[in-house]
Amino acid sequence: MSLRTPLGRVLGKGAAKEGVHHWWVQRVTSVALIPLAISFVVSILSLPALDYPTVHAWVHQSWTAVLLVLFLGLACWHSKLGMQVIIEDYIHGSAKTIALIVSTFGHTLIAAASIFAVLKVAFGIAT
Amino acid sequence: MPDRPLSPHASVYKFKYTIVSSFLNRLTGIGLSLGLIPLVIWLMALANGPKAYEAAAVMLANPFFKLIYVGVAFSFSYHLVAGVRHLIWDTGRGLEKRQSQSSAWIVVAVAIVLTVILLVALAANRGLV
Repeated sequence: MSLRTPLGRVLGKGAAKEGVHHWWVQRVTSVALIPLAISFVVSILSLPALDYPTVHAWVHQSWTAVLLVLFLGLACWHSKLGMQVIIEDYIHGSAKTIALIVSTFGHTLIAAASIFAVLKVAFGIAT
Repeated sequence: MPDRPLSPHASVYKFKYTIVSSFLNRLTGIGLSLGLIPLVIWLMALANGPKAYEAAAVMLANPFFKLIYVGVAFSFSYHLVAGVRHLIWDTGRGLEKRQSQSSAWIVVAVAIVLTVILLVALAANRGLV
């Protein structure tokens, strides 16, 4: 017995395969985020203070910067995928399209800005 | 938009641990997404120099943001532990009713303990107070 709908068979487009990709990327980013997020939180909490010289010196270190870039990029990606599912589930019609675009733009802006900030500090002069 | 009922039929579920744990995972996911906003403000201020950093630090230390950090700390804890539960499910394990029921409670308990640890550590950090 075929599980395809009669309409799906007539249209003959087959599966778009987008769903599996979305599901899989959400899992892979979540696996990567476990160590990255934990190391980010532990690092922040173990800094002796959160004043400018301390934080600047921390972000200026090469490994810190690399791990921060990975963390920020993957966090934004994972967040974008998750928010997409929530929007698709609870918002319908043209409001859904607008919400999806706003979410995509917002996540891209946050990813670009936060990664730029880390790189600027990392490539800048040490304090 | 198709003229038929669309999943998820959020209003027809009985309110019990299954929907609570699933909904909390989404809610804490949204919490973490919103937590990206103070994070990007903080990092941009760091990139803009000492003066910008001081100004942002004053803003990010006000009670409104402190309340947000409590939410973000819980969101982080819950989403992390619940996410691991989901990854275990994805391997086909722990899906029996009894197992998922006990893992739901384990997730809540671990998340609360982790939240308290995070907040105590955060409060102990001189830079934030």
